[in-house]
Amino acid sequence: MGGFTQENVGEFLGILPEILMVLWASAILAIDLIAGKAIKRRVLGLLAAGGTLGILLITLLAQPAESQVVLGGLIRNDLYTTVFRVIFILGAALTCLVGIDFKPLRAGGEFFTLVIFSAAAMSLMAASNDIIMLYLATETASFTLYLLAGFQRGDRLSAEAGIKYFVFGAVTSTTMLFGLSLLFGLSGGNTNYAAIAQTVINPVLRVPVVLASLFVLIGFAFKTSAVPFHFWAPDVYQGAPTPVAGFISTASKAAGFAILLRFLMYTLPPGTSEPSLVWATLMQPLAILTMTLGSLFALIQTNAKRMLAYSSVAQAGYVFVGVSALALGVANRAEALAAVIFYLATYMLTNIAAFAVLGIIESRVGGTEISHFNGLARRSPYLALGMTAALLSLLGAPPMVGFVAKLIVFREAIGANLIGLVVIGIINVLISVVYYLNVIRAMYVERTEDEARPLYVPTPTGMTVMVTAAAVLALTVISTPFWELALQAARTFLGGL
Amino acid sequence: MQNVINGIPLWWYLFVAAALFCIGLYGVLARKNAIAMLMGVELMLNSVNLNLLAFWRYLAPGSQAGLAFAAFIFVVAAAETAVGLALIISAYRSLRSVDPEKLDQLKF
Repeated sequence: MGGFTQENVGEFLGILPEILMVLWASAILAIDLIAGKAIKRRVLGLLAAGGTLGILLITLLAQPAESQVVLGGLIRNDLYTTVFRVIFILGAALTCLVGIDFKPLRAGGEFFTLVIFSAAAMSLMAASNDIIMLYLATETASFTLYLLAGFQRGDRLSAEAGIKYFVFGAVTSTTMLFGLSLLFGLSGGNTNYAAIAQTVINPVLRVPVVLASLFVLIGFAFKTSAVPFHFWAPDVYQGAPTPVAGFISTASKAAGFAILLRFLMYTLPPGTSEPSLVWATLMQPLAILTMTLGSLFALIQTNAKRMLAYSSVAQAGYVFVGVSALALGVANRAEALAAVIFYLATYMLTNIAAFAVLGIIESRVGGTEISHFNGLARRSPYLALGMTAALLSLLGAPPMVGFVAKLIVFREAIGANLIGLVVIGIINVLISVVYYLNVIRAMYVERTEDEARPLYVPTPTGMTVMVTAAAVLALTVISTPFWELALQAARTFLGGL
Repeated sequence: MQNVINGIPLWWYLFVAAALFCIGLYGVLARKNAIAMLMGVELMLNSVNLNLLAFWRYLAPGSQAGLAFAAFIFVVAAAETAVGLALIISAYRSLRSVDPEKLDQLKF
């Protein structure tokens, strides 16, 4: 009875990173309120980013040796959770840094607070082990992102993005919740993944279980912007403030995949029942549609922000190739899951760098059309170089890390005998050469009258771009330890099944 | 497992909940007013609560999971309304309208 026992400490450590994130976010808000004009927004943003990076360090130190279930079964704290935590925390820190100097945002304390809150909720999504936690974490992450999308007050596009994101998000997440409530009933009143898995395996329940899991899948498809639930994505990414678009298209998407895998693999492990076969088979058409439509629509864009939005839809398609390999492969399940994790992590770094450059172009050159990139190589060679590195990595060209990530995903898909899927994937990569190189061409080949005037690049954003671009290049060379880490995370994840 | 309580079978509740869900979904898709769309979402959330409570009462009256889940959904619904109204007000200030069809700046 009572007291501070060993077990309490374990429970506390299990959600320590989330507790720290919420505390730090509240502290930022409090500092902003108390200090008022005495503290500059720039300092506040650096403080937010720095503190978040500190939490990242603590997260790595507090990582338990083995998988543990805490908070009465709500949370599963394992290496998989930690790896995704790192992705979200890093994403939040980079977004804070990029947000500091993005003029139209007029980022105050509440911006940084919302970003960190969102990262905390995404961490809980990756950690969820119970449908109540699944729903609460997903909604908390979504609410903060709705507000961030509509954050640019007085801007028509931002307001429109906020509302569209909110309406699509509310409908799809409520549909997901309806599916969850059905699963709750079908499992005889259980909310825990493992308990649900044991009851829904009953063949009598197969039709309602398929129906319920399809409802749930709609919610995940929204989060990961999978076709046909992608149509909000281009509008929201274009209308949302650029740093926020970078955050939604990376961290939020990674969170969507983290929870999709956690929920589907733990409640309906592939190969155990008919309903599990349904979702495992569904991943393939989802991958094909998402890749192809994303690439084709990106091809016809003249606006760089919208092009990047469709490109991020296409990127989700490549991740679904990895998910298909995970669902349908038997021998290489751990490798396929590791490929998905590795892809999401490298994609996060790359895409945030691309959106950071886009943010500078938007606030300093005056727009997000591809023509606004004209002559960037002469106005700011370093920025152009950073953008080139990011775009080549998104494309999957060597020597960027995006190449390694795509190679691994396709390799695992071939390992799972999904040759057709890989062929379609490669065709889509070839299509994407056109729209990524289009921006690079504008930067290096096209001329503009302002060429003589160097472009002013604010330090935090410039540093972010350079560091992420360097990482994108360096990770190719030193990818092995990170791949090993992803593989170990995948093994602990599958070990918990 | 007890499928009839006080002469009312479980599926009656599930039927009402499913109907409520469909009405809510129709409301969101068909209404031309952002506030009315918000009300549709609330209906959908309530249908889920009805589902959860019926399942809890009929299948697992001994556990608190269903009650806790439903209680959390109340809170989420309240937060959802607050966030939705905040966004609608912010959009109204720059657009002078709450008609989602006026939100047509972003396409293709």
